[in-house]
Amino acid sequence: MATSAAQRFGRRLASSVPRRRFSSSAAAAAAAATGGSAVQRTQNPSLNLCSAINQALHIALDTDPRSYVFGEDVSFGGVFRCTVGLADRFGKGRVFNTPLCEQGIVGFGIGLAAMGNRAVAEIQFADYIFPAFDQIVNEAAKFRYRSGNQFNCGGLTIRAPYGAVGHGGHYHSQSPEAFFCHVPGIKVVIPRSPSQAKGLLLSCIRDPNPIVFFEPKWLYRLAVEEVPEHDYTLPLSEAEVIREGTDITMVGWGAQLSVMEEACLDAENDGISCELIDLKTLLPWDKETVEASVRKTGRLLISHEAPVTGGFGAEISASIVERCFLRLQAPVARICGLDTPFPLVFEPFYLPTKNKILDAIKSTVNY
Amino acid sequence: MATWLRRTRAVAHYLRRSSGRPSTSRVVLDRQGAPLPAVPPLGSVGIGRAAGRISPAPFPVFSAKRLESTRAEKHLASVHEAEDDDTVDDDDDDAQVLDFPGGKVAFTSRMQFIAESAEERVPCYRVLDDYGQQIENDCSAQVNEELAVKMYTDMVTLQIMDAVFFEAQRQGRISFYLTSMGEEAINIASAAALTDDDVVMPQYREQGVLLWRGFTLQEFANQCFGNKVDYGKGRQMPIHYGSNKHNYFTVSSPIATQIPQAVGAAYSLKMDKRSACVAAYFGDGSTSEGDFHAGLNFAAVMEAPVIFICRNNGWAISTHTREQFRSDGIVVRGQAYGIRSIRVDGNDALAVYSAVREAREMAIKDQMPILVEALTYRVGHHSTSDDSTKYRPMDEIEYWKMSRNPVNRFRKWVERNMWWDDKKEVELRNNIRKQVLQAIQTAETYEKPPLSDLFRDVYDTLPSNLHEQESQLRETIERHPKDYPLDVPV
Ligand SMILES: Cc1ncc(C[n+]2csc(CCOP(=O)(O)OP(=O)(O)O)c2C)c(N)n1
Ligand SMILES: [Mg+2]
Repeated sequence: MATSAAQRFGRRLASSVPRRRFSSSAAAAAAAATGGSAVQRTQNPSLNLCSAINQALHIALDTDPRSYVFGEDVSFGGVFRCTVGLADRFGKGRVFNTPLCEQGIVGFGIGLAAMGNRAVAEIQFADYIFPAFDQIVNEAAKFRYRSGNQFNCGGLTIRAPYGAVGHGGHYHSQSPEAFFCHVPGIKVVIPRSPSQAKGLLLSCIRDPNPIVFFEPKWLYRLAVEEVPEHDYTLPLSEAEVIREGTDITMVGWGAQLSVMEEACLDAENDGISCELIDLKTLLPWDKETVEASVRKTGRLLISHEAPVTGGFGAEISASIVERCFLRLQAPVARICGLDTPFPLVFEPFYLPTKNKILDAIKSTVNY
Repeated sequence: MATWLRRTRAVAHYLRRSSGRPSTSRVVLDRQGAPLPAVPPLGSVGIGRAAGRISPAPFPVFSAKRLESTRAEKHLASVHEAEDDDTVDDDDDDAQVLDFPGGKVAFTSRMQFIAESAEERVPCYRVLDDYGQQIENDCSAQVNEELAVKMYTDMVTLQIMDAVFFEAQRQGRISFYLTSMGEEAINIASAAALTDDDVVMPQYREQGVLLWRGFTLQEFANQCFGNKVDYGKGRQMPIHYGSNKHNYFTVSSPIATQIPQAVGAAYSLKMDKRSACVAAYFGDGSTSEGDFHAGLNFAAVMEAPVIFICRNNGWAISTHTREQFRSDGIVVRGQAYGIRSIRVDGNDALAVYSAVREAREMAIKDQMPILVEALTYRVGHHSTSDDSTKYRPMDEIEYWKMSRNPVNRFRKWVERNMWWDDKKEVELRNNIRKQVLQAIQTAETYEKPPLSDLFRDVYDTLPSNLHEQESQLRETIERHPKDYPLDVPV
């Protein structure tokens, strides 16, 4: 219901979150990969995350005539405006509205992909992905395996905006990534910034596996950074250290990274050096990067918006304890959403805020 | 083939005799066995014949008073004849019937596909013409002055509440709103046709139903502000009303989920032998969800007393019905599931009222689901997050807002009956406007629900993980009071 919800962020949250300007290694890497120079980089236009997604979709449709973009209300540009201009440019045959039926959208996408196409399906809100759960979990994820690799639906990418926006209540705020991280056969990817979103989305669309791509809708308009204009991809299943440090490793993804980075800056003032890692791909995830960091710092903190119990933080925590038990100097900390439905007026209480993270950093370091 | 035919026939014969429900199987027989009326084969030349036969309703017509069409009766008789006649010639295909689970199926040697659509669209039942003039006269008896004035008053109240709340969102006082503009007649008239014992399972554009049941403007405002007297305890977005005392289940954003739930609730009313039904409301877009199909099928099979009220308002956010379905709207789906259905002019309050009243009577008396498709138009934006001029023409909106306005049409009829006049109109509008503004002001002054409400109601009692999280959160708030809004008592 809260269409274009991201256009008006909650007053409190909007004011407490600075504009995201991650020193984007993506932009640099992409420029380098194409022989670009630093000078070229500064010429890249600033885009918000929504426009970066839009650009990626333009490129995907442009570079592969067998690619399609569809979902509820995508024709006129989508309720978040991410698909603006696509139908005009590529025609109604390749960019179209579907009936209001998520199981239909994903099932259709699987069939389309199974015939050798790139199907980019939009689920209007991640909160509404559940009618498609069966198609994703039992169908998309097992399509290759169950046929002995005779068939696959690797061309399928499911985009869905996820996460808090300040006033979304139960059904326009959820972060359902953990459900999908329990499903061998699909990949789960979440970008943190505009240039990341573009490169990762293009990777997902071109990856030969079905992927669920969650977009931090909080950042659609709030996050602005330089985004290389050309076609580039960023590697999947590779985490990135976006801030180096020595005292504690912090792992997150998507919009939560901006909150975590603020906590890092504050901790720095208290003389604590934090290493911040963007996991980017949650399934299959890059344990090695996290492990290497924890071996160095001896401490780990994970943060996500989804409820703490059964969240993906639990998986990271367990894996790292398995691998680094003797190196850990403190229990792994998880600063996450509460074990309640996502509440409207209590949203500021529910969320894993900067100060909750900062407190946990301090108590972990002083354990 | 002939042997098998005889054997299956014997089985069905036995089944029919032992089932003791001939009326059900009769309906099915007719539906399955009758030569399909008004449904010409694809690209058929026999159009004239089909079109000329049964017009305007292409399907057997039911009402509470007359449960079976003569055609159904006749056909049933012929099937019985064929069956009881042992000398029936098995090689005469047209005379043969196949006993098949569900009822007899006649054979035909003509290969004939059922057309994707009927010759003519299912007609739309109305009582008032565009000028508020009553076309037939049997309705005013049902809607007397008192009822008519109450209906009109509530339609106006709904209009004003929507307008003022929408404006309040624009001013940033509430975070979201969604109007029922253009659909006031469906809201109020359908509610008026139900009784307070009937259970309502809403989508989200049915605030008028709740208004009719006595939910006050103050209660609406409290929910939209999510204050401490909101029954939903500030947990859901504005417009997600719910009221136990009004038999109105709480709105849930995920589309169509209420439809199969309504069937379960109706089955409970059935088992409790209550003289009540469930009214499930939903939009045209909702009918694409799997839950819609599950719900209708369940309702038919479970013989549940539920009225499915579809507000076909032409749009699902930016998606036109043409991109939503290719059937003749929703009404024709009913028969496919074995559900009696009617299409009604959703902007004609009297038509909606009488159709839903009749539907209710049938649902309860015959213990079966009924589908009502109300044709209307979403005059407002989808919600405050939407700008509908981006995807639909202004003149289309204007046409429905002005020429087909359901409130104006009903007013003309009420005035024609000398039950209403300009003076009353001005008085009412001023009065309601004041009340709505007052409700908003009052709602705004209340603080938010207390912090403990964040953790309550996840389960019936608080489990240990939530106990722990609540005390941790309270410690955090003590350390960082500035992080938290002041209007939530901690
Ligand atoms: C499962 C699900 N998918 C998508 C949405 C987003 N959404 C909210 S309202 C809506 C359109 C509904 O249209 P319709 O049923 O015709 O009702 P109307 O708004 O016209 O009254 C959509 C797609 C949702 N709420 N739930
Ligand atoms: Mg609609």
